[in-house]
Amino acid sequence: MFIDFGIIIGKIAFVLVNILNGAGILTWVERKQSALMSDRIGANRASILGIRLLGLVNSLADALKLIFKEDFVPPRGVRVLHFLAPIFAMGPVFLTMAVIPFGPPIELWGRDIKLQILDLDIGMLYVLAFGSIAVYGAMIAGWASNSKYALLGGMRASAQMISYEVVLGLSLIGPILVFGTLEPGLMVNAQNTYLWGWIPQWGVIVQPIAFLLFLPAAMAETKRAPFDMPEGESEIIGFATEYSGMRWGMFFLGEFAEIVVLAGIMTTVFFGGYHVPFLFDAVEKAGQAGFHFPWGSYFALGEVDRCDLANACVRCEARDTDVAPDADSLDVPAFSIRSIDARVMEGNAAGGPGEYRDYGPCHTVVGEVK
Amino acid sequence: MSEVDILSAVTPALPPDEPEFQQKEMLLNVGPAHPAMHGIIRILAKLEGELVVESDVEIGYLHRAFEKSCEESTWNQAIIYTDRLNYVSAAINNIGYCMAVEKLLGIELPPRGQYIRVLMSEISRIGDHLTCVGASAMELGGFTVFLYMIKGREYCWELIEEYCGARVTTAAARVGGMPYDLPEGFLDKCLWVIKEVREILRECDILLTNNRIFVERMENVGVMSAERAIAWGWTGPCLRGSGVAYDVRKDFPYLVYDQLDWEVPVGRRGDNLDRYLVRMEEMEQSCRIIEQCVAKMPGGPINCSDKTVVLPDKKDTYGNIEGLMNHFKLIMYGHGIRVPAGECYFPVEAANGELGFYIVSHPDEHSKDGCNDRAWRVRCRPPCLNMVASLPETINNYMIADIVPTFGSVNMIGGELDR
Repeated sequence: MFIDFGIIIGKIAFVLVNILNGAGILTWVERKQSALMSDRIGANRASILGIRLLGLVNSLADALKLIFKEDFVPPRGVRVLHFLAPIFAMGPVFLTMAVIPFGPPIELWGRDIKLQILDLDIGMLYVLAFGSIAVYGAMIAGWASNSKYALLGGMRASAQMISYEVVLGLSLIGPILVFGTLEPGLMVNAQNTYLWGWIPQWGVIVQPIAFLLFLPAAMAETKRAPFDMPEGESEIIGFATEYSGMRWGMFFLGEFAEIVVLAGIMTTVFFGGYHVPFLFDAVEKAGQAGFHFPWGSYFALGEVDRCDLANACVRCEARDTDVAPDADSLDVPAFSIRSIDARVMEGNAAGGPGEYRDYGPCHTVVGEVK
Repeated sequence: MSEVDILSAVTPALPPDEPEFQQKEMLLNVGPAHPAMHGIIRILAKLEGELVVESDVEIGYLHRAFEKSCEESTWNQAIIYTDRLNYVSAAINNIGYCMAVEKLLGIELPPRGQYIRVLMSEISRIGDHLTCVGASAMELGGFTVFLYMIKGREYCWELIEEYCGARVTTAAARVGGMPYDLPEGFLDKCLWVIKEVREILRECDILLTNNRIFVERMENVGVMSAERAIAWGWTGPCLRGSGVAYDVRKDFPYLVYDQLDWEVPVGRRGDNLDRYLVRMEEMEQSCRIIEQCVAKMPGGPINCSDKTVVLPDKKDTYGNIEGLMNHFKLIMYGHGIRVPAGECYFPVEAANGELGFYIVSHPDEHSKDGCNDRAWRVRCRPPCLNMVASLPETINNYMIADIVPTFGSVNMIGGELDR
């Protein structure tokens, strides 16, 4: 039970770290890219002992600066709401990521672990529900600041986010109908098939218009230019006018985290999730793991896949082989096997008796075995 | 309408039993501490939702008694105060003031001096328009355009720096002449800058003119009809944007503008987009003027020959007694340039419009020649005062977000607005 708990904590930590890192790197990317566009150098001053990392250290410096700045509450603002607003803006974004699967189930320490924090059968509804909560952050911030500018910004933010929320939600209906499920994990698996044997059945292929709607709606949802009206830095400064320090930072961290999360949703729904097209593991393609392209070429990845000779004891019954790999000597030189029946015994490296698994006939295995 | 008026107009409109949160209108102070308001102007806007129903502009945050300062200093000393009028294109102000004094004196510059003045004016004008268009674009989110244009302005200001050693406070004119002759290789650099500026204009034209986001926020926003613009006393690019081809350089030619081949661009609708397009085209026309100045630049002296106005050469000042006396007569307190009594108004086309100096020279009863070494009255007609005065007419009944492009296209410069 403790291990289960630990696994969950580990998954949460993994996702959190990735979102935060992603958000940090995205701020850097935005700064560097806009600098490149407008003939500037961009962030490059912050350094740790002279190490600048092309300005990546600036993200750290920004965070430090924000944490140590004064946390100002407007004298006539609503203190409690003013405190809650950034939490509402940032929290739901992180929670949304819980249902995004980021890898196929793996087996560790004898447990099947789903690489997904929360395996909900109504996952997409969960995404939409928590996406909507983020609107409250902007609205409450606008209200609690007791500033007309912040109020206008909050109104704008809520108007924009609610209207694009509709598009965001409705554009997901198509893929949901096509894949017949609300569960992100199943949606990903449904995209692992091929139309006419060669086009990956991605959401973007079967529901292109939904994708075209989703993309701008997602940009509006994350308030990127040209949908940066809620911020409106030149005329109303935005709902975060009266925020300073890390509270202000939380709004923008939430925004950048939302980019990461919406990218995750987009990948899950429209780009096949964690599946790489034409990449098969040994189970699907008779022991030949790697890229099987529709035009027939094959790009092997690694060795004879799970016939990983260093870890597993392999017994091959060679038929028309040039070289029959000796089962007991693990340092066989290069070999080429025309056609073998690969029977792999998965077990420990000591080669104790184990279960044979039949992977069927392999063809044209060319590889190097250490 | 003052703040109190608007407040009292809002408050009694509520029935006494109506709760306050049903109040429909909101009074919003835009500025002076607002990113788009330069810190020196306040727009008091009455909002219905995001619609501006009524507005009032409060100016004067940068008042520094320009006119009085000019009246307290001698004719040449006042030039440095004119730097602070439109500080983005200071050379035009210097030249405008000096030409007003020269009109009173009845003197005219030799051709080379006149060409140098035209050259300086047009370089400053390009810099000013680049700043204006770049800043408006930045306020609409086009930060890239701003930096491209500031790069162009940098080239212009480097030219001006090369001429007079200063970038902003240029003092690039003297009564009766110019302070310096052109430095070596200056004309070639002008041509190079023109080339660079044209490239920047081409790039920014691609970025803005057909950019739907930019055009939709500029088009049919801040519309001012030609009649109303004239009634308000608009001049410069804003008036031309409303379709009136009035340009001091064409209608009351001064210097050598009538000998050069250039055109006055005009708009049709009088909206922000037209004002933007007029400015873009004017920069191209200024480039043409500079090219012609470079080609036609005559030789000869840059100052007029009147020794009672223009300081002698330094070699004369230090070399012979007549030069030294001449120098002191022009510098010493109570002596200086003797401008005969009279009054005159002289307009020049500054970057924002007609910049006029109305100067009165009053006879000093203590002096023998009945002249005075300083102006009795200097009145400056700043171009953007009229535009800012009519700002409510251009921002009322538009959204609050439209204040920014409209205000940007007016190109308010605090220095000349508040003086």
